Amino acid sequence: MRRVSPAAEAWRRFRRHKLAVAGLIVLSVMVLMVAFGPLFWRISVNDIDFSARLQTPTRAHPFGTDDLGQDIFARMLYGGRISLAVGLAAMTMALLVGVTIGAIAGISRGAVDAALMWLTDLFLSLPQLPLLLILIYLFRDALKAAFGPEVGVFLLIVLVIGGFRWMPVARLVRAQFFSLREKEFVEAARALGASVPRQVVRHILPNSLGPVIVAGTIDVAAAIIAESTLSFLGLGFPPDIPTWGRILYDSKEYLDIAPHWALFPGTAIFLAVLTINFVGDGLRDALDPRKVL
Amino acid sequence: MGHYLLRRLAIAVPSLLGISVVLFTVLALAPGDPFSEMALNPNIPPEVQANLRLKFGLDDPIWQRYFRWLLAMFHGDWGFSFISRVDVDTLILQRVPVTLAVIGASQVVALLIALPVGIYSAARPYSWFDRIASTLAFVGFSLPTFFTGLLLILLFSIKLDWLPFVFRSDIAATGWQWWWEHLKQAIMPVMVLGLFQGASWTRYVRSAVLDVVRLDYVTTARSKGLRERAVIMKHVVRNALIPVVTLVALTMPQVFGGAIVTEQIFRVPGIGSLLIDAILRNDTPVVMAVTFVFSCLVILFNLIADLLYGWLDPRISYR
Repeated sequence: MRRVSPAAEAWRRFRRHKLAVAGLIVLSVMVLMVAFGPLFWRISVNDIDFSARLQTPTRAHPFGTDDLGQDIFARMLYGGRISLAVGLAAMTMALLVGVTIGAIAGISRGAVDAALMWLTDLFLSLPQLPLLLILIYLFRDALKAAFGPEVGVFLLIVLVIGGFRWMPVARLVRAQFFSLREKEFVEAARALGASVPRQVVRHILPNSLGPVIVAGTIDVAAAIIAESTLSFLGLGFPPDIPTWGRILYDSKEYLDIAPHWALFPGTAIFLAVLTINFVGDGLRDALDPRKVL
Repeated sequence: MGHYLLRRLAIAVPSLLGISVVLFTVLALAPGDPFSEMALNPNIPPEVQANLRLKFGLDDPIWQRYFRWLLAMFHGDWGFSFISRVDVDTLILQRVPVTLAVIGASQVVALLIALPVGIYSAARPYSWFDRIASTLAFVGFSLPTFFTGLLLILLFSIKLDWLPFVFRSDIAATGWQWWWEHLKQAIMPVMVLGLFQGASWTRYVRSAVLDVVRLDYVTTARSKGLRERAVIMKHVVRNALIPVVTLVALTMPQVFGGAIVTEQIFRVPGIGSLLIDAILRNDTPVVMAVTFVFSCLVILFNLIADLLYGWLDPRISYR
């Protein structure tokens, strides 16, 4: 019998999901464009050109220009970096907190578990967007003063979005721990004298990562939406950092004369979220064999 | 049932208290206090400032301030809006009905989409209908509400000029005309929220029905000769709805988030747009009160979901 590594097996299952593969391709193209695009597209993000205000897409400006004559394509390439970076950083934060809390609750049972799950449930029933808005309203100035406007707002948004998205991960990890803890291989490790941290890090955690990776993928999409929502409400990044949501916010007042200005960033957010969700769905098929019909 | 309701209430109260602690801590941790601007004002002598601080108890330990705030909220003394010059509770009471109407209508729309589509997809898994519906559902919940809102405005207000895109509460018409105008201006906000929720619920309904369809009692119902329609409607759907209700309750906070965005896009005068206005104008008492109202609403809807749960699954009530 031919030996197949788990990764190859997962990749085989992932490939069967046509939309996930298509999503992965589109997403990779978008990531490559925002990562390397600004190196090739040399128009500056902040070049103001009043002779070219609110132009519809032309050769010189493939996505048109805004009310100050700034090139929307250049702004979107630059802003996309921040939108995607916020998504990834917030996901990392959510996974770190979620895995830690879920692992502690899952391994320690009893009162610690009950208290941590109560906390998780409490966070789940918090109205997230209002709290997000409040936190940003209260702490924005302090962080701006401490880290400068860009890093300060970035840190705040990542911390706050990440801090509100760890609960599903914590629950997943805890449930995984409950079932894995009683499996024979963990018992074997325990019998061989492995300490509790070693059991967790070496045996239980690696085996519970499949659903966590899926949840993490979906979290990237959710964080991108959250950041865009904040920027769209005018409470995210300042105007000189054109994230996709921020461009959309600026374009709102010109919807009737320059619809292209809103359509391009909106479509970018939609495409990023859609492809990430498809990839997450494909990963679920690939990493969680029980879910496959 | 009454007993069950009481027990759920007893669980809801601590979470409400927990939320109030979180809210208050956030506010207390935040840099600056309401009187920091006054300190810079040379016209107010330091003694007056100290007296004011004493009167409002700003230098007391934090737990004392928390209990005072909680008691005041409990008594209905929600503070005074610095910007609008009215009591916060009157301001909020004016706005809550609009928000509830928009959210309620959009939930109905979402259910009207999700239930039939989800059940029909699950009854014929991997058929063409199912594939198209699942893909559309994916598209639907990947479209952020703010973008759908702008798209609808672009299409129906600017290109076609069918619907107004600014919500007006002072419509002069009376009778049928009044209802018609309100309906026209409510269509877009309700559809934006309803389509988004409907898309994500369709997936829940589909997977819940698929889980139930494979159970033995469904095979029994089929083999005793019931028509497929009766099997699905009477035997499958009711049991499939139990997990759906839980998931719907869990997404309530998201619904309110979506409502804030929608209200802001269409200028609907609800508590969501009130919150954004208050934040942009630094109107702290209103910000705090609206957030607290949102928390109460989330918990209220969770409570309703629990009650529905007890009705759908009678075993729960007796446990």
